[in-house]
Amino acid sequence: MRISRRTLLASAAAAGTLPVAGARAQAQQTIRIGCLTDMSGPYKDLAGPGAIAAVHQAIEESGIAAKGIKVDVVGADHLNKPDIGAGIVRQWFDRDGVDLVVEVANSGVALAVAGVAKEKNKAYINSGAATSDLTSSQCNANTIHWAYDTYMLAKSTGGAMVRSGGDSWYFITADYAFGKALTRDTSDFVTSAGGKVLGNSPYPFPGTTDFSSFLIQAQASGAKVLGLSNAGTDTINTIKQAKEFGIKMRLAGLLLFLTDIHSLGLDVAQGIVLTDSFYWDHNDRTRAFANRIAPKMGGARPTMVQAGVYASTLHYLKGVAEMGVAAAKADGAATIAQLKKMPTQDDCFGAGSIRPDGRKIHPSYLWEVKKPSESKGAWDYYKPLASTPADQAFRPMDQGACPLVKS
Amino acid sequence: MFGFSRAQTIAFLVMVALIVVCPFILYPVFLMRVLCIALFACAFNLMIGYVGLLSFGHAAFFGMGSYVAAWTIKFWHVDASIAIVLGGATGAFLGLCLGYLAIRRSGIYFAMITLALAQMVYFFCLEAPFTGGEDGIQQVPRGKLFGFIDLSNDMTMYCLVASVFLGGFLLIHRIIHSPFGQVLKGIRENEPRATSLGYRTDDYKLIAFVLSSMLAGVAGGTKALVFGIATLTDVHYATSGEVVLTTLLGGLGTVFGPAMGALVIVTMENYLAQFGAWVTVTQGVIFIVCVLAFRRGIVGEIGGRLKINL
Amino acid sequence: MIMIFGIPGPLLFGQLLLGLINGAFYAMLSLGLAVIFGMLNIINFAHGALFMMGAFCSWMLLNYLGIGYFPALILAPLIIGAFGIVLEKTLISRLYKLDHLYGLLLTFGLALVIEGLFRNAYGSSGLPYRIPQVLTGATDLGFMFMPNYRGWVVLCAAVVCFATWAIIEKTSLGATLRAATENAPLVQAFGVNVPRLITLTYGGGIALAAFAGVLAAPIYSVNPNMGTNFINTVFAVVVIGGMGSILGSIVTGFALGVVEGLTKVFYPQASATVVFVVMVIILLTRPRGLFGKAA
Repeated sequence: MRISRRTLLASAAAAGTLPVAGARAQAQQTIRIGCLTDMSGPYKDLAGPGAIAAVHQAIEESGIAAKGIKVDVVGADHLNKPDIGAGIVRQWFDRDGVDLVVEVANSGVALAVAGVAKEKNKAYINSGAATSDLTSSQCNANTIHWAYDTYMLAKSTGGAMVRSGGDSWYFITADYAFGKALTRDTSDFVTSAGGKVLGNSPYPFPGTTDFSSFLIQAQASGAKVLGLSNAGTDTINTIKQAKEFGIKMRLAGLLLFLTDIHSLGLDVAQGIVLTDSFYWDHNDRTRAFANRIAPKMGGARPTMVQAGVYASTLHYLKGVAEMGVAAAKADGAATIAQLKKMPTQDDCFGAGSIRPDGRKIHPSYLWEVKKPSESKGAWDYYKPLASTPADQAFRPMDQGACPLVKS
Repeated sequence: MFGFSRAQTIAFLVMVALIVVCPFILYPVFLMRVLCIALFACAFNLMIGYVGLLSFGHAAFFGMGSYVAAWTIKFWHVDASIAIVLGGATGAFLGLCLGYLAIRRSGIYFAMITLALAQMVYFFCLEAPFTGGEDGIQQVPRGKLFGFIDLSNDMTMYCLVASVFLGGFLLIHRIIHSPFGQVLKGIRENEPRATSLGYRTDDYKLIAFVLSSMLAGVAGGTKALVFGIATLTDVHYATSGEVVLTTLLGGLGTVFGPAMGALVIVTMENYLAQFGAWVTVTQGVIFIVCVLAFRRGIVGEIGGRLKINL
Repeated sequence: MIMIFGIPGPLLFGQLLLGLINGAFYAMLSLGLAVIFGMLNIINFAHGALFMMGAFCSWMLLNYLGIGYFPALILAPLIIGAFGIVLEKTLISRLYKLDHLYGLLLTFGLALVIEGLFRNAYGSSGLPYRIPQVLTGATDLGFMFMPNYRGWVVLCAAVVCFATWAIIEKTSLGATLRAATENAPLVQAFGVNVPRLITLTYGGGIALAAFAGVLAAPIYSVNPNMGTNFINTVFAVVVIGGMGSILGSIVTGFALGVVEGLTKVFYPQASATVVFVVMVIILLTRPRGLFGKAA
């Protein structure tokens, strides 16, 4: 039994649950940022290691080291499981002295982390998750939602498509909370803009690889637009198969990222309409940012999520410099309140602001994927179609039912 | 003591000592996770180790237990003890239904049919509105124990989890060493002979299955309270696979193996979380090494070396 | 327009055909599994991972060596089959004397390792692989628009399934194989090298998976999770068809594809679960599967 006990102690020591004692001692001058992301699953490419690189980029550019403030970064993989994610963040807050959690691509995990951040009074800025519940029914004083949400996507893509003549829709929906929310929100915009929804195929998620059956049903419905309420590999497969089956409908990717287009290739993806709040080749500032961060990302271009992580970390560090490290570490809600007071300014999203309900607002843009002949090379994928100004891009606060907003 | 052998008594006392001491050194929430998974693995071990049936669907009981405990405490505001009991009852009831169908088969067919039934439970959880789909039931309060002990403090919660684990552990031990447990082992070794001796083996197997799924439900319910969340992860077949891995690593059919396996697996998950996909690679390597090099698991190997039964 | 169960007839025919196409993949994968189970008594959980490797292999051949689709259709199964032989020689052959469960656990571990490594190396959003020029385009069948490539998949699957069945049931090699599974020592006594036969069988089963992987590459994006998505369904197919039954897995593969296709029309949410419902029903009524031999 001696052996067994020794094994126990050895493995306990290896657990990485101990070394935080040291971190605590020096915690007074150091800010710790935890980047909780998907390092192995469907969102690895659009967030993942690139998101951690974005945190580092923001720290370097913030000039915070010159102010005598040291910033540490820890990263972890939530495996797209809310309980794992919440467990990691709980440990970060309790033992590892983490002050801010960023990224968290996956709506289920994102909501779980928001709960923990509130319970432990720490700061949390989400860029990766789509759910608009983060700033409505589930909102709290410790959370900011940065890059985009389902409402923004639905409004921009749904509204714009109907205006350009795509007035009848069929949806292919990943049968879980995020997919259903996207279909529901988009349907609302389509109908309120005078269009109609002719059908919907909810398919089992995850695990579905063949979408041809739903594509044929969509085709048979006679709808003009095919709305894809899914993400990642599922969307890629749907688009490939739509091309294969000669589906003549216009495809509206309700949540598509630059990396998805990269994976599809332009000959398949051309003509797809999608909404992103950030595209690297949008203007001089975004191009400059993409060039600066490129070496950290192995030459790849940043996605909207990675840009959001960069911009939100930058803004947070400005806030910390403003209110002082000790105050920022002591009270997450106060830090978030400070961030909401300050206007935002960065290369990715330009000037913007954060609403009392935690929603970061900026314009949203509707893009169309270029034809191969129009593209000048790798990563040159989008051309602009339309934009929605910041004050209209997101759900008005009074419709969000966020308890923080007093009417 | 409790029918433990001398070596087992020593091992048990060491385990209790560790359970008492560890929260002062290590992070209590991490330890609570270890204990919940350990209880789950012990429950699973009752089937594979003592009845010889590999269930590939134990996540169904664990997950449903956690959903029911989370739901009742969040929306009905029941006492924490009641929530855990309800979790166990759910596991037992589900175990009775699924077990009634599954125990008619054995070996690989048993594994496959439990997998299939658990997939149906998973589908139910995905579609049923009360589970919250992909988001799960979140922000579940820990509530109060017996109406007056506030569990929001990690140490208090730890005491509860440790008691639940030890209770479950001793119950399993009692079951194994009862005449009923002897019959189970007899069935594992030679079912036709047990039948010819007049035992209704199906009934015995079903009772063992229900007990196992009940404890899995208790473990799930406790986990839901600790983390304040009940999600699809708990009902997914990967969880069923993980409990097989945990038990195999610790030692199939050993008393202390599942707990040891849980400690190693949870530690590893914790430590490797920052390395992304390496978690699955490492788990896979452990599977391979276990199957090829030490099929008796950690505790089984130690016991074998020291020539004692742990 | 003819209506069947409230669904327009042409749409229903289209769905049946699509079901058959998916069934072709199920049939090819479960065929390999059935062969391996029948000969080696190993439940090969790594089958999905090796299927994925087949797809990756064709992608690598194209991108690193410039070898196109048709040569890859031959080369990739050979390469992955050889890899399978290495796995069998080094790892799996140690387990033949043990319970089935250990084989299942070992291959489960293998699957985790292989998929994890590919995920680390290639990410998970998938790599593009184009349909070969000759097979692009589609044919209008009247009731639906049928991509030529899908037709090619069904054709290939049918040929391969028939060939495998014929080799095992109609040739003297197949007879030796079947004899070796019944009574290995006796066949060994006749001077047949049984371990080598078993190794080759495993390699052959894996080659079938890899072949299916190459066929799948242009349809689905080549990504590390593509095998996991299939593997549960394929296991269900093998169990329903009767473990180790060649004919059973072929017929059940196609049939389940159709059942799944119909579910996608009437209750799409359940299309991933319906195979398990069928499996439970079959296991409870015909414990050895539809085509399985009595114990």
